[in-house]
Amino acid sequence: MRNKEEKTKGAFHYYLQSTSGIVGAVLVLVMIIVAIFSILGITPYDPVEQHIENILQGPSTHFWFGTDEFGRDVFSRTLEGMRRSLTVSISAVTFAAILGVSFGILAGYVGKWFDQLVTRVSDVFFAFPAILLALAIVASLGNDWYDTALAIGVVYTPIFIRVARGPVLTVKEMDYIKISRVLGFSSFRILRKHIFPNVFAPIVVQIALSLSWAILTESGLSFLGLGTQPPTPSLGLMVAEAQPLAAFAWWTLVFPSLFITIVVVGLNLVGDGLRDALDPARRSS
Amino acid sequence: MNFRRIMKYPGVSRTLSVLTTLFGISVFVFLVLRVIPGDSITGAFGIETGALSPQQIAELRVYYGIDQSLFMQYISWMQSFLSGKFGFAYSTGVSVATLTKSSLPVTIELAIIGTVLGVILGIAIGMFSAKKPGSTRDFAGQLFGLLALAIPGFVLSTGIVTIMANKFHYFPNGYEYMTPWENPWMNFQQMMFPGLVLGIAVAAPIMRTTRSALLETVDKDFVRTAHGKGVPNNTVQFRHILRNSLIPIVTMTGIQFGYLLGGAVIVEKIFALPGMGRQILDAIMKREYATVQSSIMIFAIMFVLINVATDIIYRKIDPRIKK
Repeated sequence: MRNKEEKTKGAFHYYLQSTSGIVGAVLVLVMIIVAIFSILGITPYDPVEQHIENILQGPSTHFWFGTDEFGRDVFSRTLEGMRRSLTVSISAVTFAAILGVSFGILAGYVGKWFDQLVTRVSDVFFAFPAILLALAIVASLGNDWYDTALAIGVVYTPIFIRVARGPVLTVKEMDYIKISRVLGFSSFRILRKHIFPNVFAPIVVQIALSLSWAILTESGLSFLGLGTQPPTPSLGLMVAEAQPLAAFAWWTLVFPSLFITIVVVGLNLVGDGLRDALDPARRSS
Repeated sequence: MNFRRIMKYPGVSRTLSVLTTLFGISVFVFLVLRVIPGDSITGAFGIETGALSPQQIAELRVYYGIDQSLFMQYISWMQSFLSGKFGFAYSTGVSVATLTKSSLPVTIELAIIGTVLGVILGIAIGMFSAKKPGSTRDFAGQLFGLLALAIPGFVLSTGIVTIMANKFHYFPNGYEYMTPWENPWMNFQQMMFPGLVLGIAVAAPIMRTTRSALLETVDKDFVRTAHGKGVPNNTVQFRHILRNSLIPIVTMTGIQFGYLLGGAVIVEKIFALPGMGRQILDAIMKREYATVQSSIMIFAIMFVLINVATDIIYRKIDPRIKK
């Protein structure tokens, strides 16, 4: 049996061997750096500042991604939008992962009526298309970024419950868990030391994939006018605003769309890479 | 004792579990939408609400039934829902059943077109990709899968609308919506692009599932045997390999069909189609509790039924799955 240190080192080693994993990591990193620039305020212009004399300018050395119908710098707005998308998605997925994994592990471990209850409740959530559920929740909560994050978080919690519960059910019946119990280890210790490591790999993969869905859901909601409100930029809202302009000012549509696509592609590739690296059975291929 | 025996009849326990899920959904939908700030009186009367006297407001609350306890409100919504009227829109007084009667077929047609296109496209590209894993064509196929997954439907739709309207001066959705019975040619033109957008979104996961299922089946012994005994290659491809890969594909299709109902919200808005998605969106904007609640409930029922149907279908495909 390999010890823990070797195992993590191994996974990283395998991750670096997958081309798609590396490409994905690079794309995601670039987007995160871009978002950090926006947090630090290092954008060429203020994203909501209007330059009336420069309305609908094409991309140039002054305005890299051109300007919109109010003369606002599309580049600065795209960075700001990416920051919002990432903030909302990361908060939402963190919420979903913590809540979902805790409930999933507990449901699998405790079993009985508690498991029944948790599975039933998550079945209810699975009976909605995600965006519809998010739509309903956002409609009742409001338009602030944390409302959107909460709505998306609630929507994705059941997925984490399901992903965490499965492995627990298999592992629970194994001899080493029974022995741990006989040895008198506390449930907390068994959960943390013996059960959690088995759930870890699928959850990490799930986090990457959920982040990509969360970004799509967030931009979808703001496209529909149910997320970030103008004049604050968000990628979905920018696409919606570009709709009437796109015919003669392609840059207003293309750049925000491109950024959404890049980050979602990146996260999917990272997810694939992680799945291959963390699953010993897939390593050979 | 008797209860146990009843549960053993085929379908009984499945029906019960579907019913409890639907009950849970109804409670959840009800509660979520009751939190909406600003009640339906403000929704129906807009800024004129300010002109109403407190007594008038109280009377309206009685009229709409929102003066009652949450429990009673839930009961009366359920009564109305189960009676087939699904509740009434506050501002217009039209029953949600009437609204749904015209909007549901639009969404279903859209979802069917999307699924059919998605399945054809997904399986074709999946087979194309799996034929030579690691080759350029595999790379191209996988790139398609990835982009179809990553480009949001609203970006694709906006792009199509822009290009069609400006380069070709073509925008069929500028006209009033036509059902396939009124004007099949117009309906086809109006449904073609939204159907394609949804189809591409569906094709991505189906392509990925097809590819990996095929790659798994290709290595099986019976495939080698079939090749070995001289069965024509195309027959092996379709009858031996594809057929045995169908289960994950069918499951994925079922899941995707459900999500299409959600994707319809965005596509219907952009292409101006009067379907369920737009009905829900309009109702949310106008704070019409009853309409949103009942419409989402109808969506959820369809979603649950589709899952059941998927289950039944793959029992048919694979005789090994009994229970």
